[in-house]
Amino acid sequence: MSDIVATNQTILVVGGGISGMTAALEAAEVGKQVILIEKRPFVGGRVSQLYKYFPKLCFPTCGLEINQRRMNANKNITVLTMSEVTDLQGEAGNYTATVKISPRYVNANCTACGACADAVEAEFENEFNYNMDKHKGAYLPYNMAQPQRYVIDPRMIGTDDAQKAKDACKFDAIDLDMQEETVELKAGAVVWATGWRPYDANKIQPYGYDRIDNVITSVEFERMMDPFGPTGGKLVRPSDGKEAKNVAFIQCAGSRDVNHLRHCSRICCMASLKQSTYVSEKFGDEADVSIYYIDIRAIDRFDDFYQRVQDDPNVKFIKSKVASIVENKENGNPVLNGVDTEGYNRYANEHDLVVLAIGMEPSVDKDTFPIELKVNDEGYIEQDEANGGVFAAGCSSDALDVNRAVQSATASALRAIQVVNRVAQAEG
Amino acid sequence: MADEMKIGAYICNGCGLGDRLDAGQLETTATRDGKAQICQQHDFLCSEAGVKMIQDDIDNEGVNRVVIAACSRRAKTDAFNFDNVSIHRANLREGVIWVRPDTDDMQETTQEMADDYIRMACAEAKYSKIPEKSGEQGINKNILIVGGGVAGMKAALEASKAGYPCTIVEKSGALGGATAQLYKKIPTKAPYTDPEDNGVDEMIAAVEADSNITVHLNSTTTKIAGAPGRFAADISAESGSTKTKDFGAIVQASGFTPYDANKLPEFAYGKNKDVVTQMELEALAKEANGGAIKRPSDGKEVSSVLFIQCAGQRSKKEGHLEHCSGYCCSASIKQAMYFKDQNPAIDTTVLYTDMRTPGAGGENFYRSGQQKGVIFTKGIASEVVDGASPTVKFKDLILDEDIDLEVDMVVLATGMVPNSGQPTRSELTDQENEDKESEKAGEEVEIRVDVESILNLDYRQGKDVPHMANGFADSHFICFPYETQRTGIYTAGPTRRPMDSYQAMEDAVGAAMRAISEAENAGLGRAAHPRVGDLSFPTFRKEGCTQCKRCTVECPFGAINEDEKGYPIYNESRCRRCGTCMGACPVRVISFENYSVDTVGQQIKAVDIPDEFDEKPRFLVLACENDAYPALDMAAQNRLEYSAFTRIVPVRCLGSTSLSWITDSLNSGFDGIILMGCPSGDNYQCHFVKGSLMAQERMSKVGDTLESLNLEKERVQTFEISITDIHRVPQIINEMAETIEQIGMSPFKF
Repeated sequence: MSDIVATNQTILVVGGGISGMTAALEAAEVGKQVILIEKRPFVGGRVSQLYKYFPKLCFPTCGLEINQRRMNANKNITVLTMSEVTDLQGEAGNYTATVKISPRYVNANCTACGACADAVEAEFENEFNYNMDKHKGAYLPYNMAQPQRYVIDPRMIGTDDAQKAKDACKFDAIDLDMQEETVELKAGAVVWATGWRPYDANKIQPYGYDRIDNVITSVEFERMMDPFGPTGGKLVRPSDGKEAKNVAFIQCAGSRDVNHLRHCSRICCMASLKQSTYVSEKFGDEADVSIYYIDIRAIDRFDDFYQRVQDDPNVKFIKSKVASIVENKENGNPVLNGVDTEGYNRYANEHDLVVLAIGMEPSVDKDTFPIELKVNDEGYIEQDEANGGVFAAGCSSDALDVNRAVQSATASALRAIQVVNRVAQAEG
Repeated sequence: MADEMKIGAYICNGCGLGDRLDAGQLETTATRDGKAQICQQHDFLCSEAGVKMIQDDIDNEGVNRVVIAACSRRAKTDAFNFDNVSIHRANLREGVIWVRPDTDDMQETTQEMADDYIRMACAEAKYSKIPEKSGEQGINKNILIVGGGVAGMKAALEASKAGYPCTIVEKSGALGGATAQLYKKIPTKAPYTDPEDNGVDEMIAAVEADSNITVHLNSTTTKIAGAPGRFAADISAESGSTKTKDFGAIVQASGFTPYDANKLPEFAYGKNKDVVTQMELEALAKEANGGAIKRPSDGKEVSSVLFIQCAGQRSKKEGHLEHCSGYCCSASIKQAMYFKDQNPAIDTTVLYTDMRTPGAGGENFYRSGQQKGVIFTKGIASEVVDGASPTVKFKDLILDEDIDLEVDMVVLATGMVPNSGQPTRSELTDQENEDKESEKAGEEVEIRVDVESILNLDYRQGKDVPHMANGFADSHFICFPYETQRTGIYTAGPTRRPMDSYQAMEDAVGAAMRAISEAENAGLGRAAHPRVGDLSFPTFRKEGCTQCKRCTVECPFGAINEDEKGYPIYNESRCRRCGTCMGACPVRVISFENYSVDTVGQQIKAVDIPDEFDEKPRFLVLACENDAYPALDMAAQNRLEYSAFTRIVPVRCLGSTSLSWITDSLNSGFDGIILMGCPSGDNYQCHFVKGSLMAQERMSKVGDTLESLNLEKERVQTFEISITDIHRVPQIINEMAETIEQIGMSPFKF
């Protein structure tokens, strides 16, 4: 790792999701040196776990393919996966980042031939599919994972399977003795693009996510649509594998709520509208979708899509914040209790499956930033001179959809470039 | 520059290639058929040692065409990365052994597949040149910013801070745009509870103090010619004088025009003076300046006000706006606070169907409004009745009641209409086109109000950036929000999408980044999205050109102009290098140095076609490199099988498909041809807008040719492929194989 060149004219991008990738590419394509730090073994972040984007209903891997191609072609970008920034010191034009690199146990020799995976039997919970299924102990995170390099799950280290994987590799790519490394990198500016995570649905006690099998989150529902996902592309309910045709979406699950996340997570209205089209895609006229909402925030140009879904006779909208969910023990159906505020009618509605349109929160807890940053109460990084040469991009700055996140990342790249250009000028 | 071609072919035996294939045979194919002057094998070609072996040949043996017979071009790009040579990948791993079963009886056809791919890669190498930049333009760091509102000013300030001089051209007599008219603005930082100063004066002062920023007021661009890196803009002042300046790239931040509320007579606008728009309320608030806001009709202090949201918006009614303008919910909360902050006793009601205040700030501001006592009622207003005071008739959707509410003032939250200039010729409706034709013919035609152009681009295909839905000059891509269909021109703010002024400023910073990037890269001869960094550009053989103008018309980016004689002028830096022009040219005179009718055509001809008695058909697949080719690679990754008789050639865009490739392959004896491109239509996915659509149109004419040759139409099929169609792509190939089995081999084999 000693061959990484990082100076005060380097831009450090923390987070390799679509925002981090965008910021890194924008800077690198105008000639800046960029180091991209990503915690997972692959870049792409949470968008790689989406089946489709709203409102176009197009596929995330399409844009990722272009971005990955640009990254591979650009020598100005160094990508460090399995890496996290544990400390950050300094000021604009002069930062030092301490980066912890966790072992992948697979080195650059890997050709992604898959021989190790074939040799291994051990399986572990698959974080990519939100733990809905398992992956082998030697695995490629998903079909388009970049770097195209396998990973050995650390939980397999020390077992016989680990040795089997190593023996199967013809290219000496598996190094079971790989150690955690720490490097210090200099940088002139930092783009902070650590993204979001779904709010913990277990905390919303009345919704029974922890107790009722057929109450799941939107991110889990999304994974089911992927033909390579945990259900092979089938929309089925967890309790009995029955097709989920009568689906309820509960908006603002955990958001706009002083008991949970105070903010609006922006994407969940559009996400549920998008997911209602999944149910129609799978079941045609047998689809029966109910969306329980406070406001449908299909804002600005997204409203066209809302109008389209409103025209679908199989989708109904109920203005109600669901009060509680109980389970019908006889058939596993979740029963939603609440009041339809348009007319004030109480209901106890049974559905096949309930999808909580779970809120988004910043993935880094606000008290754990490795450097002092101006952060608002919701944990999002504010734009403030006090942040010096650290610029938030994407969902670390606010609850954003993909289009806005890329916008934000493009802007933050310019801000980072301003800082390193000043350094370049000063250093003559 | 003539370069002496030397082909080095490198065959990898790793990843099972050495076990499944006869490398010796592959070497013979490479040297004898492919004419590779050097051929070497390696057990682990992507290793440091393997790469060094290739680099040594480049350095010491003069190899400048590197054929790598190994994995897909999408794999191991970091290893197979050599400067100053062209690289050609024969995809033997994902393209052959991963999609064929490892059984003895299949070995022969598997080997044939691999041999053919080596011939194809060598043919491509033979007909490719290493691209060099055109030198048509240098790096011009000046950025033109059309529009001097907060978005334009912000773009200028940020670009200037990065070292790029900017020129702002503003139509009116002052900078500041719509935001300058606001008394206060929606809060932009924590705790998001109160309206903020609009900040425009400070911004204007910063712009005026910045020596890197030139401002032209009372001015418009009356003509913009050229291309990224060498835009020449005529900046004309109202007074009549014109200056021409050169720019590297352009940011268009021309803002919006408030919706004309006169189109809402049902709300008594225009009849009752106390029914005002949000913008008009801002003016009243400015007048009051912290004191009581007074009614326009009689000067009485307003004691009750009702805001009608989505007035004339989110509606399919004639004359209304279909879109949601995004900012008006927050704006009404802000304006309700103008009243409440001055006097908490004033009744303020916001009548909405959906309150749209997303994000961290949005929700906090909404809560703050509630805490200040603003009433939010879900309901739909049907009418405002004129009178001494306006009366709003609405249906309260919560209480399920019809209500008449008399208030001192009604504020209509009307929307924004983008100042996006003229639609392109292809966007005009048929009626408008007919009218234009009639007008030209001298017939009497009802005069339509023509929209003024914003940019006045000297482009054949229109004076402005093409519009997306609802007239906004946006990019069609979610992942690439700034990529309009005009290279080097980046729209920002409400021109592009409905948004509030803070978002418009942030948007402008992004647009400035893109403009800077394009100014730098165009100067280096490098292509923009999606073929970022590509140095190749189209040229044509003038002697063969018939001036049919097909290339000029079909270019999705308006990159091609015409000279006085009608010959095309290829503006290299406006070009995205898709090759649609090449595919359109009926006389095949257009080519790129490393992508031409030959680089693909010769690959097709290099395939060995067995004679009809061998019962081994041949299927050609032209696969778009953006979605279809990755899907094919991923099918292979998952070991999905397809016919051994398949020969895949990646193309930059299905729009670059030359009909000669189809006729050549049919004449050579190919039995079936499959074209795979990205989805077209309103929700197009094609990275070059309409490449797959063009190809489909051309292929629809092929049906007639096939009939005249006594060939079945099913032999040539076009499919729209998404990158996730991993299971589908092998199915398509296998179905073609079944079809050919039914209808029989091509009669054109020897």
